[in-house]
Amino acid sequence: MANPIISVENLGKRYRLRHQQQSYETLRDSLTATAKSWLAGRLATAIPSEEDFWALKDVSFEINQGDVVGVIGRNGAGKSTLLKILSRITEPTTGRIRLKGRVASLLEVGTGFHPELTGRENIFLNGAILGMTKTEIRRHFDEIVAFSEVERFLDTPVKHYSSGMYTRLAFSVAAHLRSEILIVDEVLAVGDAAFRHKCLAKMQSAAEEDRTVLFVSHDLAAIQKLTEKTLLLSHGRLQSFADTATCLAEYVASCSRSDATNLPRPLNSCPVILTELRLEDSTGRNTRSLKLTEPFDVRIRFSCEQPLRNAVIGIAVHTPNDVALFATHTNDFGTLLECSPGDWEAVCHVAPNLLRAGKYRISVGVLDHNLLVYHVADACRLSIEPILLDGSGHYDERIGELYMPMRWAVAPATLQSN
Amino acid sequence: MIGPAAVPDELVIEAGRTEAHYWRDLWRYRDLFYFLAWRDLLVRYKQTVFGVLWAVLRPFLTMLIFVVVFSQVAGLPSDGVPYPILVLAGMLPWQFFATALSDSSASLVSNANLITKIYFPRIILPASSVIVALVDFTITLGLLAAVMVWYRHVPPVQVVLLPLFVLLSLVAALGPGLIATALNVKYRDFRFVIPFIVQFGLYVSPIGFKSSVIEGRLGPLARLLYSLNPMVGVIDGFRWCLGAEPSLHLASLAISVITSVVLLGIGVRYFRATEKGFADIV
Repeated sequence: MANPIISVENLGKRYRLRHQQQSYETLRDSLTATAKSWLAGRLATAIPSEEDFWALKDVSFEINQGDVVGVIGRNGAGKSTLLKILSRITEPTTGRIRLKGRVASLLEVGTGFHPELTGRENIFLNGAILGMTKTEIRRHFDEIVAFSEVERFLDTPVKHYSSGMYTRLAFSVAAHLRSEILIVDEVLAVGDAAFRHKCLAKMQSAAEEDRTVLFVSHDLAAIQKLTEKTLLLSHGRLQSFADTATCLAEYVASCSRSDATNLPRPLNSCPVILTELRLEDSTGRNTRSLKLTEPFDVRIRFSCEQPLRNAVIGIAVHTPNDVALFATHTNDFGTLLECSPGDWEAVCHVAPNLLRAGKYRISVGVLDHNLLVYHVADACRLSIEPILLDGSGHYDERIGELYMPMRWAVAPATLQSN
Repeated sequence: MIGPAAVPDELVIEAGRTEAHYWRDLWRYRDLFYFLAWRDLLVRYKQTVFGVLWAVLRPFLTMLIFVVVFSQVAGLPSDGVPYPILVLAGMLPWQFFATALSDSSASLVSNANLITKIYFPRIILPASSVIVALVDFTITLGLLAAVMVWYRHVPPVQVVLLPLFVLLSLVAALGPGLIATALNVKYRDFRFVIPFIVQFGLYVSPIGFKSSVIEGRLGPLARLLYSLNPMVGVIDGFRWCLGAEPSLHLASLAISVITSVVLLGIGVRYFRATEKGFADIV
């Protein structure tokens, strides 16, 4: 076993929950409480409205240099608390962490950006907040600007930026942070697909430089792509720490009733769980490879945990470049779902001659009263087989994202005068 | 097998552990210190029409009021020195103290988004607010210089010691500032106490009058007790440097210096003892 760069022993973090609707202690209350306890002869010193809550308990693990480790778990499992302790934002209640090297943590994109300051000014400010020195920032300044693609607006206050530009600039600063350990929380959930891709690549290259990366995400596809090992947290405890495939399987199994699929749990504890997704060709066979000229069905089986009213279930088809080609849902022709708890099935009949030959990804979402309550970004992959042009040995290679054959009529032109 | 790589020093995170590298970390984050102060100044003057003028206007108007009230109405003596110079020499350090105290105490709460997302030595936030106040202070010293030129008042040689008293005022402001900052995070109603302290302090500091007045009316012991107010030493020192006070009362100065240093010590200790919990309660 090599020398671990991060070693965590019996880590625990306790929060005091106050049951009153009061979020801050006030001096007045402290003083009156003290006075009361004095008057009562210290009999009533215990404040009954407090309760302990362990956000993390007995967590131990070791990470070696150069490892890229994912952190997964449901909301409230303790992921953010773990990251906050590792990045020294808050102190643990029990246990100990040893870190060998400089830690850079990116828990939020654009922390400390000031809307009144220009892009240029914010690069310096944000860099300093993240722990860079002035010379470091100056050295990487051009790279940061190039990466962010906002050169033209460098001297514009960031309050005039679009949210995409803002995010790009903020991530670019963080991406150029030099540190042995990099901690990243969910920041890739922002920005457009192309930029997200760039960010992932940047993190991958960080790992290739033998830096250690800890990466929290709900995007299991990104975890799978990026990490070799994964920490699975559950209710503040370390449920398992193993290679990513094993961990993801365990995570999914712990969430999903049916273990036949690899469909992950939704963003938070939700009323619906997708249990199976089948693509059926015209003969009813479950397949992932379909002919261009053939219609097919998307059969979605889901289990309803809580009753759904006025809900909508839908799918979207994406290209490998993450372009959403189209989306369709049960309300396309005015049907809102009323589902009682139990297992349900929804079938979407996809017309033939729609998708060009190529590979696609299907995402599934459930909306309840226009609120996205469930989303699986990568519910299944499919490929559409190319067809040969009639009478020739060539494939049909027309341009366009969609294959949409139309009827044409061609005839000799007659002179018309309108 | 890889040989013993250059192992960077180890950092241990543990409950209740005092940071071994606290001051070194602080040094490493010195640029942040500078950038935060720079941000506050830049933003303040970007959003206002008068900009830097505000820093000058406020003490100037206060000076006018003091001059009218104390020299014309109350008729306090100033021993031949132009009264406005006497007042400004007292009021400018006081205003620095008051601004530093109220700005630093609010600094953590108003930067809560930073505290909950990023690690850096928290002491940088109140300290950089004090620095911002110090910048304002130097601007107003320019006002004082202008008033001295107007009255053709030539300061004595000890004016070269003025930076020392600026330093003392910095120490005097930082200590209570840190205590107030930490208290303000923990007890949100502490922010109501601060304006009161500032207002009260204005009257217990020798701004409209000289410290020697206390001695003259209440005796030498009273003056020493009075010097427990750190601003007494600062203001007396300013006046002495600018020739508004014939001599420096050394015992009184010593008491003020000791109080300032002790308060700074308490401030740093208290701040460090509480700063790790800031992210959880802010």
